[in-house]
Amino acid sequence: MGKMNIEDLEKIREQGRYKMALRQGTGRVRIIVHMGTCGIAAGARGILTAAMKEIELRGLHDVIVTNAGCAGLCSHEPMMTVEVLGESAPVKYVYLTAEKVKRIFDSHVLKGQVTKEFALEVVSEKTHS
Amino acid sequence: MEDLSLHVLDIAENSVRAGAKNISILVVENVGEDCLTIEIRDDGKGMSAENVERAADSSYTTRKNARAGMGLALLKEAAEMAKGRLELHSVPNSGTTVRATFQLSSVERKPLGNMAETITAILATENQVNVFYRHSRGGKSITFDSQHAENQLGDILLGSIEALSLVRTFLEQEESSLTQ
Repeated sequence: MGKMNIEDLEKIREQGRYKMALRQGTGRVRIIVHMGTCGIAAGARGILTAAMKEIELRGLHDVIVTNAGCAGLCSHEPMMTVEVLGESAPVKYVYLTAEKVKRIFDSHVLKGQVTKEFALEVVSEKTHS
Repeated sequence: MEDLSLHVLDIAENSVRAGAKNISILVVENVGEDCLTIEIRDDGKGMSAENVERAADSSYTTRKNARAGMGLALLKEAAEMAKGRLELHSVPNSGTTVRATFQLSSVERKPLGNMAETITAILATENQVNVFYRHSRGGKSITFDSQHAENQLGDILLGSIEALSLVRTFLEQEESSLTQ
């Protein structure tokens, strides 16, 4: 472990950026990548890495990303769930690619506009009367 | 699964869901014996002898209403295709060890893939886990110990995106030093 980039770590510590932790669950936006066997086989790890890189590139400090188990929709993998604080319901995005993740960041994560074309289905509040 | 590092991630995710706090991952490439060994050991809730028997059976899963849970069966298949085997040892309330061997030179052996991304993905899990990872190849080896890293990081949480990105970059460099 001698080569663990201590200088880089020191730099981050000085900047105080470390305060945004994955596991604290305190972010404005919470992204969950589903990592069941089905998800991993379909490319979920690449989606997690892509989401982490977007957060890093854009310098977002209020977005947390974590992984969780199978969402029960194996044929739609890879998937991620985006929860924005104050929004009524989390949105599940399906059949993801790194490019789609980028567009979801542009629109949903940054502007709060659901990227409908990749979303599983935005359930209508209306019920049959 | 495209490569073995994805199998490792899948098995480690099983460990996380079995309540493991510590996961040890060893990858040993023994050229002299033409053998690749991958071992994933956890201190999760373990399995009964009966479940160990069935765990790598593709028709069995402990999860109700789930089509998932086939990870061990897939790893077994990958090992056997490359003239290796899967060994499973488990003690209830103590932990599970999964060991897969492969003939290193077999054309049917899947490539190892990106272990740096796999280790980072395990560390990004919601349930905090310690990961110990060692990869040996020829006379060289690299080691990553998340508890050690956490000590070095001081007040930086290993769960932060920045810390995880550094860990990924560090491991990518280390992995490439093994192949040089």
